[in-house]
Amino acid sequence: MEFAELIKTPRADNVVLHRPFYLAVEGTLCLTGHHLIFSSRRQDNAEELWLLHSNIDSIEKRFVGSLGTIVIKCKDLRIIQLDIPGMEECLNIASSIEALSTLDSVTLMYPFFYRPMFDIVEDGWVSFLPDQEFELLTSVTDEWRLSCINKEFSICPSYPPVVIVPKSIDDEALRKVAMFRHGSRFPVLSYYHKKNGMVMMRSSQPLTGTNGRRCKEDEKLINATLRPGKRGYIIDTRSLNVAQQARAKGGGFEQEAHYPQWRRIHKCIERFNILQESLIKLVEACNDQSHNMDRWLSKLEASNWLTHIKEILTAACLAAQCIDREGASVLVHGTEGTDSTLQVTSLAQIILDPRCRTIRGFESLVVREWLQAGHPFQQRCAQSAYSNSKQKWEAPVFLLFLDCVWQILRQFPCSFEFNEQFLIMLFEHAYASQFGTFLGNNENERSKLKLPQKTMSLWSWVNRSEELSKFQNPLFEANSLVIWPSVAPQSLQLWEGVFLRWNRPSKFLDEAHEEMINIIKYNKELQAKVNALRRQLAEMETDDRMQENL
Amino acid sequence: VENVRLLDRLSSRKAALGTLYLTATHVIFVENGSETRKETWVLHSQISSIEKQATTASGCPLLIRCKNFQVIQLVIPQERDCHDIYISLIRLARPVKYEELYCFSFNPKLDKEEREQGWKLVDLKEEYNRMGIPNNYWQISDVNRDYGVCDSYPTEVYVPKSATAHIIVGSSKFRSRRRFPALSYYCKDNNASICRSSQPLSGFSARCLEDEQMLQAIRKANPGSDFLYVVDTRPKLNAMANRAAGKGYENEDNYSNIKFQFIGIENIHVMRNSLQKMLEVCELKSPSMSDFLWGLENSGWLKHIKAIMDAGIFIAKAVAEEGVSVLVHCSDGWDRTAQVCSVASLLLDPYYRTMKGFMVLIEKDWVSFGHKFNHRYGNLDGDPKEISPVIDQFIECVWQLMEQFPCAFEFNERFLIHIQHHIYSCQFGNFLCNSQKERRELKIQERTYSLWAHLWKNCADYLNPLYRSNHSQMQGTLCPQMAPCNFLYKFWSGMYNRFEKGLHPRQSVTDYLMAVKEETQQLEEELEVLGERLANLQKSQLSYNKVKSKQQDQSKQLGLSTSNNSLANTPQEYSNDLKSFPSRSPSQGDEEDSALILTQDNLKSSDPDLSANSDQESGVEDLSCRSPSGGGCLPSEDSGKDSDEAVFLIV
Repeated sequence: MEFAELIKTPRADNVVLHRPFYLAVEGTLCLTGHHLIFSSRRQDNAEELWLLHSNIDSIEKRFVGSLGTIVIKCKDLRIIQLDIPGMEECLNIASSIEALSTLDSVTLMYPFFYRPMFDIVEDGWVSFLPDQEFELLTSVTDEWRLSCINKEFSICPSYPPVVIVPKSIDDEALRKVAMFRHGSRFPVLSYYHKKNGMVMMRSSQPLTGTNGRRCKEDEKLINATLRPGKRGYIIDTRSLNVAQQARAKGGGFEQEAHYPQWRRIHKCIERFNILQESLIKLVEACNDQSHNMDRWLSKLEASNWLTHIKEILTAACLAAQCIDREGASVLVHGTEGTDSTLQVTSLAQIILDPRCRTIRGFESLVVREWLQAGHPFQQRCAQSAYSNSKQKWEAPVFLLFLDCVWQILRQFPCSFEFNEQFLIMLFEHAYASQFGTFLGNNENERSKLKLPQKTMSLWSWVNRSEELSKFQNPLFEANSLVIWPSVAPQSLQLWEGVFLRWNRPSKFLDEAHEEMINIIKYNKELQAKVNALRRQLAEMETDDRMQENL
Repeated sequence: VENVRLLDRLSSRKAALGTLYLTATHVIFVENGSETRKETWVLHSQISSIEKQATTASGCPLLIRCKNFQVIQLVIPQERDCHDIYISLIRLARPVKYEELYCFSFNPKLDKEEREQGWKLVDLKEEYNRMGIPNNYWQISDVNRDYGVCDSYPTEVYVPKSATAHIIVGSSKFRSRRRFPALSYYCKDNNASICRSSQPLSGFSARCLEDEQMLQAIRKANPGSDFLYVVDTRPKLNAMANRAAGKGYENEDNYSNIKFQFIGIENIHVMRNSLQKMLEVCELKSPSMSDFLWGLENSGWLKHIKAIMDAGIFIAKAVAEEGVSVLVHCSDGWDRTAQVCSVASLLLDPYYRTMKGFMVLIEKDWVSFGHKFNHRYGNLDGDPKEISPVIDQFIECVWQLMEQFPCAFEFNERFLIHIQHHIYSCQFGNFLCNSQKERRELKIQERTYSLWAHLWKNCADYLNPLYRSNHSQMQGTLCPQMAPCNFLYKFWSGMYNRFEKGLHPRQSVTDYLMAVKEETQQLEEELEVLGERLANLQKSQLSYNKVKSKQQDQSKQLGLSTSNNSLANTPQEYSNDLKSFPSRSPSQGDEEDSALILTQDNLKSSDPDLSANSDQESGVEDLSCRSPSGGGCLPSEDSGKDSDEAVFLIV
């Protein structure tokens, strides 16, 4: 297919662009296969707006006489309005945008066409390989092994080719366990807590069904993670009720009788369309222009977004608490083990492991616990807050995770190497990107699409010093401790950087951030100067002394 | 009373056993056992209510709520003791005479001269001079000397030059409590001004020639504008109801060239109830997000804050953008009027956003114009219906502005919290009584100390590190977004949940940046010294040993830069399930806590500059460790050690 077929009117002049907090600008609109480009005609400071078609969530058009207006709502939550003279031009452009923003085939997406304009210092596709992770692990314990059982994705389609499992469990046993777990997602190592050797495992629900099926190998596998005489916790991210109902469909939960060394805790985290609706309501509230304070608060409340944040954080804190404070190992799962499970395991690691609070460590966490762990990004992030599709599989699971990270970052502003912008950047790229990182739903699909060969990795771009500097937190001072966030409602806030990003003037906050950077930069410069002078002094001294001795 | 238990509100698991003491000025709880003997001091004047609850098996619970939003829950073993304490506290918390208040016994060990200097720190005459007054249009009037015209006004009032004594007195007779229009703020650049008064006694049809002349005089004092805004800060309905009582609002037909405007800010009773409701939400034990947001909305608190801000913004815009003078009043002109005038001044004039300027602002719009501190904040036993968080709301407005304009204020959040605290503490004489007249009669300045001097002395603690006097946010008028700005107003947990440190960010950006700036200053100094030394060395080559020894000193200093502000904290109760888990050895958690305490103590001693935020739950708050640069959000309040600890619950 040629994109040109979809573009009947590639260019329109005298288009007026409206954005909140900016003056309307007149300019030229161009459509390409992947971008909508608007450039103002003012020569003095020519302004250009590039918008990826894949970033467009929905489009509305209306006419007043022959002047057409297109309202474009983006997945990054921004809303822009274009006034296009000429009914036909406007209709053409609108239908082109509609078609180009909803392409079916992944291989037509921009990452397959994007050619980087920067030098690649490090190929992001090989930056975070499971082997490296395992090497780190072997330096502290020898109780685990890398299993290649899933090499051809033959056992579990949503797992990566290699996984970390207890050494004492062989591949034959794993095969049996896989049969006993939803989607074959057998328990694998998610995190090893160096401080006390406790671990966090993740899986999907066991297929106990109504007649309480059991699997000896499954019991053996998860018991293999326990120290002698110690107990562990199973954190089920569903309510007891939901978990019980799951039995009717062949699913279920670990029975106490069969897992006597484990204590099960149910921590309900919502999923799928409930989350999607929550996002839609929240964004609607944020875009509400009324002046009424009460309405704002009740809409914020009714969206339940912060309730979800609180639930997810609480479950993650609980998992971390079990590991660090109770000295117990933990197994986390919900139904499929691809959504709420990953939220809990990844947030718990941020609480427990200082490495996850560095830029590289966080990238590695996203790769391990989201991409390789098989969070279906393509399904979940197909549409955002302005969609009206009632597809079941869209949900802001990853955005909720990022929001939770932001909440912890806000409570520990000096303990993270990255800043809020870094999290916002990940949100944007998860929904629309020139990079292939978030395409596909699991490693299996990614390898079939040959993404590493055909597209550029987000990490190749981010991890260059030019980009990194934008994402560094000037306040960062390595904090080796476990950080326990507060989950009280008073401590949780709306993530303005994402949800009010386009609705509030950010000038004064940006200025404050700049001021902060300057204060710290000046301090560092002075330190360097002082050190240099001191060295110089010391050298002169020794010189003098030598002369004296002579 | 011994064997009293102090309950931790957030975690039922933790209760401290100790001894409770009552003194003439404080309630003191001293914890048993621990080496540090943690102490909790509460000033009697901070107590807002005491509640004796039904006796249980473990004892008799006593709930003390404080005006600085601290809530203390005690369990006393003997019912009789509890009753005695209850009766004593009720009496002690409600003094009937000013002389019983703490400021008359508080002695920070300053000599007479220092005390007088302290009271001179804020000088309103100087402030009006700074505004450019007296000038061709405005003058100081002595019409109220001896408080002959209005007993709740100051002796020195500023009025238009063309307003004769006859006009002023005539106008005062037409105004509620004789609070005639007087100058609050004057804008040098365009001659526009903000004046304040009480409501006119207009009833349904009454008018007063002198009052009309007074308003005309105010308008004419701003030759650039052909009209005057009259802003009534009440809801229209309230103002109309007042007409039946012979009061009311200005009729546009009777006054030449005025534009009349209602801005609906609710009265003190509505505000009192609103705060009450919000505090109930803050006190909820482990509320859900919906409980909290719903409760917050239902309290209406943020709506009221927004109303006050909107009024301030309206006036600031009229003055700065339109160049029109404004007369502001409500009913008596001492609550809403004070709020609105001071918010507008703060927006208009960068000076009020400095530490000194803010003191001046409170002194000008609140203290001197007869805001009834004694009644509103219940310093003496009085009518509970007079109590209302009027100045608390103003202080919150400032905080909301600080959130929106992080570089615009010289002071930080801690400064606001301390001022709020001392408005209730009665430790300093500034906010005693209901008017200047009463304060003079009590000889406050000779018998008590000034808060401003105390704050000024510790000003390093109150600096906003992002503030720069030449920063653009410090220039000219602040223009907050008028709409859509609902989401700009946020719940202030730093104030209303101030004693629950577990709820707050565990690391303070402010403290961190202050430490960096302090270090920067040291580096600057050292750079200079090193530069000199280098020059000297190059010139004459002398005494190497000396240089070397000094150099070592400095490397010690520089060690600060790598200091780590890591912190200890412990998990909250994320799940009730955990408690009953059989394998949990009870001592285990505690051991880890103490391990953390050790780490933290080590850190503290190794880096005095970056104070680690101590955590309440690990019980590491130690007064002796409190460093000058902050120590979390609970700062040292006073110079005297007694009072220093007096005010805080060290949970």
